[in-house]
Amino acid sequence: MAERLKVYVDPDKCQGHARCKALAPDLFELDEYGNAHEAGDGTVPPGLEDKAWLAKSNCPEIAIDVIEE
Amino acid sequence: MSDVSQPAAHPPVTDWVHDFDHTDPQWTDDPFPIWEELRASSPVVHTERFLGCYMPTTYEAVREIANDTEHFSSRRIIVRDVRPEVARNAAPPITSDPPVHKPAKQLLLPPFTPDAMKKLEPRMRAICNELIDGFIADGKVDAAARYSKYIPVQAIAHMLGIPESDSDLFINWIHMILELGIKDESKLLQAVQEMSAYFSAHIEERKNKPTNDLISYLMNARDKEGNPLEDSHVLGSLRLLLIAGIDTTWSAIGSSLWHLARTPADRERLIAEPALIPTAVEELLRAYSPVTMAREVVGETTISGCPVKPGNMVLLSFPAANRDPKMFPDADKVVIDRRENRHAAFGLGIHRCVGSNLARMEMQVALEEWLKRIPDFRLDPAGTVTWSQGTVRGPRQLPFLFGKAM
Repeated sequence: MAERLKVYVDPDKCQGHARCKALAPDLFELDEYGNAHEAGDGTVPPGLEDKAWLAKSNCPEIAIDVIEE
Repeated sequence: MSDVSQPAAHPPVTDWVHDFDHTDPQWTDDPFPIWEELRASSPVVHTERFLGCYMPTTYEAVREIANDTEHFSSRRIIVRDVRPEVARNAAPPITSDPPVHKPAKQLLLPPFTPDAMKKLEPRMRAICNELIDGFIADGKVDAAARYSKYIPVQAIAHMLGIPESDSDLFINWIHMILELGIKDESKLLQAVQEMSAYFSAHIEERKNKPTNDLISYLMNARDKEGNPLEDSHVLGSLRLLLIAGIDTTWSAIGSSLWHLARTPADRERLIAEPALIPTAVEELLRAYSPVTMAREVVGETTISGCPVKPGNMVLLSFPAANRDPKMFPDADKVVIDRRENRHAAFGLGIHRCVGSNLARMEMQVALEEWLKRIPDFRLDPAGTVTWSQGTVRGPRQLPFLFGKAM
């Protein structure tokens, strides 16, 4: 059984590059300024784990955490 | 100090590590080996040119400076031979520091979100195809002069609500500000004046007859106290959008096509797998980042262990950061399916490019439409590729022949 993942965007670090939204549209939302936050409580649905890691490793501001629960 | 109306001659560089010059023809032609030499020497190098200027050479040093708005001001963002007095409301928010920066930036962000860009996409596809219609039958084209140049101009004109047919006017102002203006103050001032007069007329027109475009959007914007922006702020922001939005993306599209013209394998792969184009766009942005910004040192500090002193400018080279092998394995190779790519082509920190979503959309659409209609093309051996000098790097002449090489 794979571990459950959660994504988290640090709002103080996010500058709205929107890479996460492009790479993992189901895991992130953008506000009216284009800054990102995690969708819902950040829980990564099964099958999207790879996209969570991809979003993290492409954030230029190192604003995304992927937490293994 | 030289007469401001005369362009200053720069002696050729013989010692890059202690006397770098980003306007030197060697840098313009092929900066990559120079950056490698500078990086091998120190994370921060210095030149006495431009009245004193540092350059961070590593990704880490660039990130440190971009995130340190206390010691590094954005009141001057182009490294030039002169340091004229700083104008108020020059081009907010790019020329602003905290705390003025944030409200000015937030004002510009909503019209440039990815969702807003999706609405523009059909017009962009049409613009690309209209341009291709104009030259596809010729069997050859200067893709910089007739394709990559007009895509961002027409996009920003469309957004601002000004005639797309005024494109050549805008292109000329930008050339005067970003290229000629580095060494010739009078050209820069002339362009800024002409641009201000042009936009003032558009603002006046909208005072009686509001429109549904970005100019009216800025005129209707209110600050936290509910007051409208001063005209000078609106003008500064419009100048910024025009300057920042055009030759940057022009360069990025041009460099991407230049790479694809020389790399049939990448071209074939993108035609076979168009879904890979957004990933390839990120890699092309990394490898051929067009934009170098600047800061002014306003407080003594150290960057990556190197002392940095006020009174100097900083050439903030995102393109050099993006070639740092410590950050990017095979940094000098274009890997169009590169999986991890925290490139800094749009800057890092609070000054992240407002138009990054627009630029990405334009690049994707420009490459998609081009590859659909002109799948095979190559550099014309009878022509010459030339690159712009200074703050924004990209091809300004890009002669292509269509079809497979014999």
